[in-house]
Amino acid sequence: MNPIKFLFAAYIATWIIHGTYLGTLVRRFGRLKKDLDELSKNHKPGN
Amino acid sequence: MKRGFLICSVLTGLLLVYASYQALAVAPTERTMGDVQRIFYYHVPSAWTAFLLFFINFVASIQYLARTKPSAQIAAKWIFIAIGVAGAVASFLPPVQQQLTSFGMRPSALATTAIMLPVFYLLLGRWFPGEKLDILAVTCAEVGVVFCTVVLVTGPLWARPVWGIWWAPGDIRLTSTLVLWLIYVSYLLLRRFSNSAQTQMLAAALAVSGALDVPLVYFSIWFFRTQHPQPVIGGNGSIDPRMLHILLLNWLAFLCFASLVCWSRFRLEVLKREVEEAYAMESLGDPVTAGPSMPLKRSAP
Repeated sequence: MNPIKFLFAAYIATWIIHGTYLGTLVRRFGRLKKDLDELSKNHKPGN
Repeated sequence: MKRGFLICSVLTGLLLVYASYQALAVAPTERTMGDVQRIFYYHVPSAWTAFLLFFINFVASIQYLARTKPSAQIAAKWIFIAIGVAGAVASFLPPVQQQLTSFGMRPSALATTAIMLPVFYLLLGRWFPGEKLDILAVTCAEVGVVFCTVVLVTGPLWARPVWGIWWAPGDIRLTSTLVLWLIYVSYLLLRRFSNSAQTQMLAAALAVSGALDVPLVYFSIWFFRTQHPQPVIGGNGSIDPRMLHILLLNWLAFLCFASLVCWSRFRLEVLKREVEEAYAMESLGDPVTAGPSMPLKRSAP
């Protein structure tokens, strides 16, 4: 395998790892936002 | 807050692109390894960032453990001050100075690091009081594991064309880095799956013992025979000044990126605890506490 391919593989792998982690953060924020909406709905005056 | 985060994100993105361009196109090509050596500009800054995050986790965990008793808090503070002063004084003692010079280390660098230790400890306690210390600890551990994963993936990708093997079994630098990663993964698993009221204390204790692996990883190439190259900064190795500038530029870019990710992760943890608290209040049938006092309009970055 051409050594340059290892270089690009390393750079791509780095950003795949960071991207995956950022994706999990966004998903967790989304889930919490849903919980917050549910909580605020439950505590609207009259509920 | 949201606008500030957006501006910082854009600036960090631009810095990362510029640093990557410098690493891939501008940095001089290494004579023996060729272009594959450019992995260095991602591998080394990722390792330094991971070490720094684990160090913050270590200090935050000590403070979290010490805050349970005022006497422990005072003792921990004075231990850090004593280590700082003793380290700074010892760095300039002739036998230590001689030893440091033989390893290619500057006594002034070690003294500065020693002095920074208590300063950092005191500042962290002031900026992150109470439960925020625990939130900071889990934030740094999680982001640190991500950066450590990058190190463990890019390392073998660099080793294969240069050493001819993906991994050198038994090599202390490689093995201790893998152990470090496993310790912090265990830390995160403990926090994720334990429901005990003592989880945070147990995790803090694990973090304190786990962080002891960081100096072993860092100094393993100074004191043991290893396949891994010698340190290029502060050691007996040497580096072209242009390479050094680009390495530091990449580290700055990674530090900015790590700070932004930590910021988001910190806010996520704060929000998560608020939601958990609100659910707990709700299950206790206390709508007054669970409802209006919650900052429900708080938006995520």
